[in-house]
Parts: sequence; C-alpha cells; structure tokens
Amino acid sequence: MVKVRLEHNILGANELLARKNRNIFSAQGLLVINLMSSPGSGKTTILEKTIDSLNGRLKLGVIEGDLYTDQDAQRIENKGVRVIQINTEGACHLDAGMVDKAFQELPGDDLDLLFIENVGNLVCPAEFDLGEDLKAVVMSTAEGNDKLTKYPLIFREAGVILLNKIDLLPYTDFSLERFREDLARINPSAPLFLVSGRTGEGINDWNEWLLREVSAKRA
Amino acid sequence: MHELALMQGVMDAVRDSAAANSISKVSKVGLVVGKLSMVLPDSMLFAFEVISAGEDLFQGAVLEIEEKEVICSCQQCQQLFTRQEQHIFVCSGCGSNQVDIIQGRELYLDYYEGD
Repeated sequence: MVKVRLEHNILGANELLARKNRNIFSAQGLLVINLMSSPGSGKTTILEKTIDSLNGRLKLGVIEGDLYTDQDAQRIENKGVRVIQINTEGACHLDAGMVDKAFQELPGDDLDLLFIENVGNLVCPAEFDLGEDLKAVVMSTAEGNDKLTKYPLIFREAGVILLNKIDLLPYTDFSLERFREDLARINPSAPLFLVSGRTGEGINDWNEWLLREVSAKRA
Repeated sequence: MHELALMQGVMDAVRDSAAANSISKVSKVGLVVGKLSMVLPDSMLFAFEVISAGEDLFQGAVLEIEEKEVICSCQQCQQLFTRQEQHIFVCSGCGSNQVDIIQGRELYLDYYEGD
C-alpha cells in the first residue's frame, strides 16, 4: 500500500482562470463588479436603476447569470446596454471559465464598468472567484436580519454591501440598528449603501461611489 | 450544491496520479474541508459514492474528510481564537473586529492510498 500526498487545491482550476480574467480586465482598466444576493433581493432592479443613471457617463457592460432563462438579460438589453447571458443549466453559481467565455463574446473592448450578475444564491457564489475587482452583495430588508449571521462568508468577502428595499422598512421587523451591529462584526470595512430599487432612494450615492471606483481603477 | 462537480475534479486528479504512479486500486481518498468553505461533507460523501460506483479503480474505496475549524487571528492583541456563538469574526480576547481568518477556508485533496 502506498500513500500519495497531492495537496491538490480543489478550486485550483477556477482560481487559475480567475487570475487570467483579472489580468485581462486590468490591462483594459476595466472595473468589474460581481453582484451577488439571494433570489428576489433586487439585483436586477438595482442594475436597471444604476444603468439609467450611469449610461452615457460610462460605457457599461453586463454579464447575466441565470439558471435557465434570459428574463434578466432582456431587462438589461431594453436599457440599451451590451449584455451577454450565461445560463448555468441548474448550476448554483458562475465560475471563472463561464465569465471568460462570456467576456469574449461581449462586443467592444472600450468598456469602463462591467457588472457580472451572479446566480441568486448566498452560498456557492461566495466560493468562486471570477476575477472581479469587487464583490457587491445585495440584501433586502424583507429577508430579515438573520441572513447576515447565517451566511457570514459572502458578507465577509464583500467589498461593498447594498441594503435594498429600504422603503419597506416601516412594514417589516427588520432592525437597521441590529444590521449595522452585525455587519460591524462580520465586515467592518465594506461601504454600506441603503437603497430602494423601487423608489430610487440611495441609488445616487451608490452611483457616485461607482464613478469614483472606476476612476481609481483607470488611474 | 456544487459538491458533485467538485468531487468529479477530485476523482480526475486521483485517476491521473494513480495512472502516473501505476496504482490500480485506490483504498482511501483524503480531503481537507474548512468549516467556512461552502461544501457539505455529507454531500461530498454522497458524490464520492455515486461517481466511484462501478469503477474498478475505486472498488471498495472510502472517502475520509478532515474538517478544519475556523481560526482567526486578532490584529489588535494577536490572540488566536475559534468560532464564537454567532460572531465568528470578533476577537474573544479584546472584542476587536479587526481579525484575519487563518484557518477554515481549506478545500483540498490531501492524499490517497492504494496499491
């Protein structure tokens, strides 16, 4: 009997491709944001509102991850922004290989800002580096306070956090104070934006922050 | 949720290495899984059984998973500490939230045994 030590990184293949993506994005001075959340927290609506405000000021591109449909990609396309759909056919997350392929199909190499909308899921996407600059995690007040402590890894990994459906605050048991306390324990450094995709509240602050990040990436 | 795909990668790595080392029978495969990794050991065991079924190389092989507890290091007081109740990333010594995760995110194929 022999024992063979391998110490083989199970996510190694993905991490290699993520590095390749990151090099390509950086060479173009392109800021890439991996947008993650649970299903129904409002990623696509926030994206629509963001496009409304930034289209014309920045050249935007979107890679849309979805299990089977192109409903979200249609919504983005209606805004006149370049979008590529990835259907994961049941897979619970995007990986760096899917993003590599989709990015090659995205027309033009003059983008300033690329959003990658991940599959709605707070578990698996946290584990897969896509080569992005920042992970943006969206959570909505309707989901309840406990999501933060139940899924600490994704919030820990976040470079920026958006609390959505802030307009529903008076109608839920969500405690903004407790949310801030929990967040300080899990991720004290990520900027937090309180937004409403429906009313547009807070979207402007988020967009101004994005503009600064795009400039910093270019410099 | 993606354990089956991950396990396929593990088995491929074992198959490649076994072929290179003239090993025709694998008796044990050892993984290291950190408790912060988004992988469920039970699902990995299930995936291992499903994939290895009917394959001579893995006939009778067992999967051993070593789970690694989450350990953080405090940037303020340098204390090492393990997971607290709800608050994984708060120092149990000084209460600081400026901490580094030094263990718990592992996910690798450590070794296999065979003849």
